[in-house]
Amino acid sequence: MRLLAVTRLTIEEAGRRRVLHATLLCGAAFLVLYAIGFHYIVRGIEHEQGPMAAVQHMFVRNLFTIVGLYAVNFLMVMSAVLLPVDTLSGEIASGVLQTVVARPVHRTEIVLGKWLAYVLVIWGYLLLLAGGVLTIAYFTAHALPPRAGLGLMYMAIEAVVLVSLSIAGGARLGTVTNGVLAFGLYGLAFLGGWVEQIGSMANNEATRNIGTIASLLMPSESMWQLASHQMQPEFLAQMRISPFSIASVPSQAMVLWAVLWSAAVLASGVIGFRKRAL
Amino acid sequence: MTTFEPGLAVETRHLRKRFGEKLAVADLSLAVRRGEVFGFLGPNGAGKTTSLKMLLGLVEPTSGSGALLGAPIGDRATRAKVGFLPEHFRFPEWLSARELLRFHGRLLELPEAVTRDRAERLLGEVDLLDAAHRPMRGYSKGMLQRAGLALALLGEPELVFLDEPTSGLDPLGRLLVRDLMRAMRDRGVTVFLNSHLLGEVEATCDRVAFVKAGQVVHEHAIAAAAGDPVSVLLRAGGLDGETVEGLARFGRDLRRDGDEVHLAVDSEDALPEIARWVVSRGATLRHLSADRVSLEDKFLEVMGSDQRPG
Ligand SMILES: Nc1ncnc2c1ncn2[C@@H]1O[C@H](COP(=O)(O)OP(=O)(O)OP(=O)(O)O)[C@@H](O)[C@H]1O
Ligand SMILES: [Mg+2]
Repeated sequence: MRLLAVTRLTIEEAGRRRVLHATLLCGAAFLVLYAIGFHYIVRGIEHEQGPMAAVQHMFVRNLFTIVGLYAVNFLMVMSAVLLPVDTLSGEIASGVLQTVVARPVHRTEIVLGKWLAYVLVIWGYLLLLAGGVLTIAYFTAHALPPRAGLGLMYMAIEAVVLVSLSIAGGARLGTVTNGVLAFGLYGLAFLGGWVEQIGSMANNEATRNIGTIASLLMPSESMWQLASHQMQPEFLAQMRISPFSIASVPSQAMVLWAVLWSAAVLASGVIGFRKRAL
Repeated sequence: MTTFEPGLAVETRHLRKRFGEKLAVADLSLAVRRGEVFGFLGPNGAGKTTSLKMLLGLVEPTSGSGALLGAPIGDRATRAKVGFLPEHFRFPEWLSARELLRFHGRLLELPEAVTRDRAERLLGEVDLLDAAHRPMRGYSKGMLQRAGLALALLGEPELVFLDEPTSGLDPLGRLLVRDLMRAMRDRGVTVFLNSHLLGEVEATCDRVAFVKAGQVVHEHAIAAAAGDPVSVLLRAGGLDGETVEGLARFGRDLRRDGDEVHLAVDSEDALPEIARWVVSRGATLRHLSADRVSLEDKFLEVMGSDQRPG
């Protein structure tokens, strides 16, 4: 299949690029640091006694596991935007695509082939880092967050949202514009998420709406919120004492929205690319 | 529904392309027969590359229509039978020539074994076997151009578009391109050559179209050049009026300018007769030469002196 030929070449290309090596290096450094940190944190709280000790230990362990996943989330967001940011715009600008498009390949196949390649690459990256964090949490603290699989699934959807945006932007815009736009939207969703949480605590309807609108515009942060919510024990989530316990949990409809949003953004990229002079 | 002539390799009707304010191709109507080596000649900015990109589906025409091998432009199945060497051949730099061919073999949906065999044969033909395993970022300009030619031929196309294939090549490289084009012609492949190198076009093409501001202004058959007039220049002392008038029976457009006489004849065969006549009249023949109207003269004549480099 021609689409898979494009996917295959794109993955091979990603594998040879320095930016992926740098990303992996950052990920590895992060995991080492995380393991050391977790080790000392567990050592620090082991000796504490008292009636609430068990709950405290659980809280700290879970919190630190989620902190690790939060860092993974951050690294994933960076790579999901930056790795694919120039794959189309760069090849359009340089003319590499001219001989490709002159083959009996549909332009849609080129966009989707590249999209699939980067979704797979970022999923691999997520699995590697999140798997690393969970393994470290398990072996240093015997702590595994509940519903970790579900949490990872939400993060995987977040990756799809970001890769779709980056690929579609590259089909229509130049590399720099695309990068600025993608991070701008991500920042908007991030800020919107916090405004919503703080507003919910204060029962402020207006701020909650701002958050919802931001999530509708860019449904990436809400996927992380769902992930972090799922991966906390019920009672901790309800006590809302951790920064990751959220006051207003995005609804399941948001997941559907994220998927539809990605499909629509990608479709707009395909349409833009089909008309583009190469 | 417009129908297109299946016997034609390339056919266009009033193709037009506008980039914003800029009219790149004004009104292109062309017919290239199958098996022909067709030269598309024009000065910089005449719209050669844009025309070719419209034919290949890289650029959408603003208006007009066209067909390749009888199928309307944009038809994907037809593109399997078309080869293309872009003006600036670019490629993923980390790939080797062999890997690039393998990737394009997949885009053509050729069986891997077929791609492999063809790739080795073509890499041999363009003399690139020694470097075929190295990343192309380390290739010289000539090597890249040759890799691009191998790529253009990978699908065993019936129609090949070459956009200035010899630009940046040394004389040996040019010769190689010329030989490849001859080999294609012998196999019955239609070649569409964009160029402004008149010598190259003269040596390889059957027919040329001159394009100016995106419009064909003149078509010229090179293969039929044998029937074209030959212009004769004669210089002699002691020419009298009767001698000069007597030259008129050898050709046309007789013109005297002091000691010099210009005359258009049908073939070089007339030269000995002309010499005999002049000598028999007692004139002193100092110079007698015959020139075919060169493509360059034609080019300058057609393009006119108003043409600025675009
Ligand atoms: N993408 C584009 N946007 C705007 N103008 C363009 C674009 N592509 C080509 N042009 C303009 O259209 C005209 C024709 O360009 P084209 O490249 O087709 O000429 P050409 O005959 O191939 O020239 P050359 O011999 O220099 O390669 C030029 O004036 C060029 O500036
Ligand atoms: Mg050109």
